Amino acid sequence: MSLAYYPGCTLKTRARNLEESAVASMEALGLKLDEVPKWNCCGAVYSLADDDLIHRVAPVRNLIRVKKQGKTELVTLCAFCLNTLKRANLLMRQDVEKRDTLNRFIDEGIDYSGEVKVVHLLEVLRDEIGWEALAQKVKLPLHGLKAAPYYGCTLLRPREIAIDNVENPTVLGDFLGALGASPVDFPESTRCCGSYQVVGDPGDIAEYARPILNSASSHGAEALVLTCPLCDYNLGRGQKELLKKQSGFREMPLLYFTQLLALALGLGSRICHFELNHGSSESLLRAKNLLSQGESVRPIGG
Amino acid sequence: MTKKVPVTISPKKSRREFIKKVKELSGQNLQLCYQCGLCSGNCPAATNMDISPRRIIELARLGLEEEIANSKTVWICASCLACAVNCPRGFDLSRVMEAIRLLTLRKNIDHVRPEDIPLEERCELPQIAMVSGLRKFTG
Repeated sequence: MSLAYYPGCTLKTRARNLEESAVASMEALGLKLDEVPKWNCCGAVYSLADDDLIHRVAPVRNLIRVKKQGKTELVTLCAFCLNTLKRANLLMRQDVEKRDTLNRFIDEGIDYSGEVKVVHLLEVLRDEIGWEALAQKVKLPLHGLKAAPYYGCTLLRPREIAIDNVENPTVLGDFLGALGASPVDFPESTRCCGSYQVVGDPGDIAEYARPILNSASSHGAEALVLTCPLCDYNLGRGQKELLKKQSGFREMPLLYFTQLLALALGLGSRICHFELNHGSSESLLRAKNLLSQGESVRPIGG
Repeated sequence: MTKKVPVTISPKKSRREFIKKVKELSGQNLQLCYQCGLCSGNCPAATNMDISPRRIIELARLGLEEEIANSKTVWICASCLACAVNCPRGFDLSRVMEAIRLLTLRKNIDHVRPEDIPLEERCELPQIAMVSGLRKFTG
């Protein structure tokens, strides 16, 4: 079985550790991620102005290509892409006037009215595979790994596109539990990392990162588990500065959820591209006996 | 005999125009807000702002464009929507922040000039940051 898959720009460069571990993991679970032909950048952020239709063109064009691909569901890995595509899709479903204008403008040969369902990979794992079935596929349980799920903003806000309960999300914690890890709840798990402010005022990024990292650390987390390449960049950059500025600050390894999935499924570390991660993720995983000294994973109990 | 001072109870035309534009762009009813301040309380960037999120709404509905334009608040907002999901009145402040940003950007005044971003930053920042940042800070 295959699912239409939208990678987005950053997953082809800086976040290859997010993408390649996901593609391999889903194949191991019997689902092929089938990249949307000729996809384009989704625009990263959804325009919040009512009259700004031109910025809806990029995400809607991608959705039309999914329809042309003959698929009814689109999977994303990047939380930003999910947000932008899902909100554009909602607009095409709900606003007839804007839908008609966009369909007239976008010359793709077919009209689109929001037929495709946009989902995040975590939703596929939760709703289509299920935590119990996932747990049964685990070859290397992540026992002893205290990992804090960090949701950030775009998986959960606005409310109408949230993949889970906005106030009390559990999907990422449940996922970690299915892999055998010990999820660590902390109150700042949905606090903004600063997002695109890193472009306007990079000096402030450490101050966005500080409460998130300190809170996770004080609740006993050994690593933060992410879904978004911009959260990864900001929290990584922020903690580099905090190491210089805050005495006693402890570096927090940042891991993509798909890297932990690949490890737990026994796919080895090479596919995870830990060399692209911020923080000392590899030494933490090695200390937990989740990585061997060399390249391959040391299997526990076959 | 005391001199009579005229009392203006309706905003000036320029103020009315500003209120109208903000409403049109944001799609938000500014009168919904009852100033409880949950938006400010939930905003992760409020401590960096010179005018709090709650006060931005009040200034916007009074049409005080200059006060808002001179503030850095709308440029600090990261559109994280913590205000919107926590508002008991269903008001989406992030859309008002965007509308106010656009009133500047659509005059062809960029908040960040791409050419001013140092070369090493341009090489360092991932696409997701560059695309989203330039979408929010340039016209």
